[in-house]
Amino acid sequence: MKNLFAPKNSAQPQPTRRQFILSAAAGVLTVSLAPSIVSGAAKAASPYAADFLEVAADGTITVIAKHFEMGQGTTTGLATIVAEELGADWNNVMVRWAPADVKRYQNIFWGAQGTGGSSAMANSYMQLRQAGAAARYAFLEAASKRLGASSAELVAEDSMVKHKPSGKSISFGDLTTDAAGVKVPEQLPLKDSKSFKLFGKHIARQDSDAKTDGSAIFAQDVKLPGMLKAVIARSPYFGGTLKSFDATEALKVQGVVKVIETSRGVAVLAKDTWAAMQGREMLDIQWNTSGAELRSSPEIMDAYLKVAETKGTKVRQEGNAATKLAEANDRIEATYQFPFLAHAPMEALNAVAHIHDGMCEIWAGSQFPTIEQATAAAITGLPLEKVEIHTVYAGGSFGRRATPNADYIAEAVEIAHRLGDSTPVHLVWSREDDIRGGRYRPVAVHKVSASVGADGMPEAWEHTIVTQSILKGTPFEPVLVKDGIDSTSVEGVGDTPYPIPNLDVSLHSIESKVPGLWWRSVGHTHTGYVMETMIDACAKKAGVDALDYRIKLLKGHKRHSDVLAELKAKSRWGKPLGKNKARGVAVHESFGTVVGHVVEISRDSDGYISIDHVTSAVDCGLAVNPDVIEAQVQSSVVYGLSAVMQLQITLDEGLVEQDNFPSYEPMRISQMPEVEVHIVKSSVPTPTGIGEPGVPPIGPAFVNALTNLTGETYTKLPLAEHGVDFA
Amino acid sequence: MASIKLNGQRVSVDAAPDTPLLWVIRDHLNLTGTKFGCGVASCGACTILVDGEPMRSCQFRLEDAEGVEISTIEGQEDSAFKNVQAAWRELDVVQCGYCQSGQVMAAAALIRSNPKPTDEDIDEALNGNLCRCGTYQRIRAAVHLAAEKMEA
Repeated sequence: MKNLFAPKNSAQPQPTRRQFILSAAAGVLTVSLAPSIVSGAAKAASPYAADFLEVAADGTITVIAKHFEMGQGTTTGLATIVAEELGADWNNVMVRWAPADVKRYQNIFWGAQGTGGSSAMANSYMQLRQAGAAARYAFLEAASKRLGASSAELVAEDSMVKHKPSGKSISFGDLTTDAAGVKVPEQLPLKDSKSFKLFGKHIARQDSDAKTDGSAIFAQDVKLPGMLKAVIARSPYFGGTLKSFDATEALKVQGVVKVIETSRGVAVLAKDTWAAMQGREMLDIQWNTSGAELRSSPEIMDAYLKVAETKGTKVRQEGNAATKLAEANDRIEATYQFPFLAHAPMEALNAVAHIHDGMCEIWAGSQFPTIEQATAAAITGLPLEKVEIHTVYAGGSFGRRATPNADYIAEAVEIAHRLGDSTPVHLVWSREDDIRGGRYRPVAVHKVSASVGADGMPEAWEHTIVTQSILKGTPFEPVLVKDGIDSTSVEGVGDTPYPIPNLDVSLHSIESKVPGLWWRSVGHTHTGYVMETMIDACAKKAGVDALDYRIKLLKGHKRHSDVLAELKAKSRWGKPLGKNKARGVAVHESFGTVVGHVVEISRDSDGYISIDHVTSAVDCGLAVNPDVIEAQVQSSVVYGLSAVMQLQITLDEGLVEQDNFPSYEPMRISQMPEVEVHIVKSSVPTPTGIGEPGVPPIGPAFVNALTNLTGETYTKLPLAEHGVDFA
Repeated sequence: MASIKLNGQRVSVDAAPDTPLLWVIRDHLNLTGTKFGCGVASCGACTILVDGEPMRSCQFRLEDAEGVEISTIEGQEDSAFKNVQAAWRELDVVQCGYCQSGQVMAAAALIRSNPKPTDEDIDEALNGNLCRCGTYQRIRAAVHLAAEKMEA
């Protein structure tokens, strides 16, 4: 599995040979990668002729998206890139998802096909602009012949080629067959940024209609003739294995068809989901817990805290922090504790697998097609190209659908394979399966000791992180784990932009039987919190305003400076506050994007805390769809605040104590603050990430406000652990 | 064989009597706009109307459905629903979209009973509808917009 990922050094491969070929069948123009680019390998079974783009004779433009849609707006964003470069009328543009085919659809940052790390727009930007430019070039050439005009006098806009001097125009749809004959040159000129018509403007989301009339199809909604619903009884203990089971009573449940053993537990198959779930309740199962995690959360945390007392593997060392701290007469010392977190997307994991006629078809909100395809091929013994993945809408992910072992998709395929009779299988996780099923944001402990110099600025800083490696054992390990340091354990601390002359960062990587996973913004979920609450403590020690302190410290970092300046200009920072009200600020860079928030909170007469207002500033490079960016920042605020306020997964003698939303309760609408998002005009000309970067700074911005209100510090999350109550 | 009235039509269902309507509607009657989110009436993704009132279909059993009128998102066509839907689209409320069937069902029910809801009314009526993408701010704005559309 490790060889699946071959991350590339250069972010944007430069075209050195003709990249695209255009062809047409039945009047549909298709834009594909030249065979030389796909290195001669046979294309995987694909229902599409085009790799990136199709233009039909009726003018319909179909963009083929290599990234799935989990709500982050990729279908809209990727289509916008093509439409802008092509000169398309947005109303003609549709999107469908690419099949699994690493040759054509790899995430060019990874060398494998997949979505994550807020990389969809950044890694597709040049590729899709070039595909759009190839089609535009061909339309202009074809129109030039028809109109007898030089192509220099022609423009492509509103899905037409227009000859302004004569007022004549031809629609793209009328030109598809002619355009197919055009040879596209090796170097394609791209549109000048001054003539952008769609980038930076409000345009309607691609998925709004289907998601407001119930017609959008998620994996949960896929139905095939004869399909059975399946649920799996998995070990309730992490690391536990199946000892024995008795299915007699389960098989008596109306609708239950079959009970089979799988590598992940006991699967109950039934005619409907309810029957499968009821059948599972009636299973009599013995688990072998000899190798399982049987501790409770306080014991696990104590073990982490003990390890944090010693220095770990060196991550970064500047100056001599230990000596400077020993000399300092005043130190800021804090030990932070972060719990396990479940992702809890609204659509719990599920997938349909259908093995028939020498092939395996999968329907899923497929986040890592390369891994899922390879895993299904390994389970079924079929060649890769006989595994076809049909990507459908995903009801959220936040990282949960991206797994190094294809997780729930492997479960569906394994059940279908073991049935051995071409019955389609829909494997469904209940909410309880989701909350208790592991693959959590790992527990983390940070121990920090810092001092400020005579100038009030941070002078020495010792920082020990204790957490479990997310990347160990995944295809990313060879590239992103170096000298024993998992970069996702220390990102946001090891690479902090704050200039600290004496800095000592170290890491302990802890083995755990509780499987961990990237959770919206990964390591930054805890590192951002620690850095930004510590910096506030330093500012207090220095007696300097928290926003001014950051402005001063980060003056050499243009994007941070721009974001902080925007916050200062657009928030009510520094304005008088009423009684029982406070503000806090934080800024953090992740996934190539800088986000800062100013949070205003209040406390009512009963002591309940409300989050009243958030001003956000974001530098995410070129803002292709500002409306989607705003939505993603608002979304990050809710996702990050939910966790900091009240979410945690805890174990009691190995068993997860939470089971569903009542005990793992995300923020609801009544707790929603007004979030005002300001997009900074960026010095970066291409898009950077936006799905995750709003998350890391929201927790500390809020908690800095809380500290300003109460004078307390908050080092153990969630805040419920400190007795903070929310209105 | 049970018989229920769904979206104005009488339909027969062959399922265990204790089956929640959620699964009857989704698995037996193939109407998939009604979503499974939690199964314990905590998220609102499965909101349907029973005799016009919003209910959690995961808690309403087939055996209790005799004699009531059930309607799902697929059966909505009144002006409250149309205006809510139009407002949702105009403001691009959706993200992953999985909870949104339940959100628009609950929002339309609110507009029907309270044509000019305040923020507090909206929060109260929709507090049972979870959205992990955090579309709440646009939901509030869209309910207000839908109310304006009703007046227009």
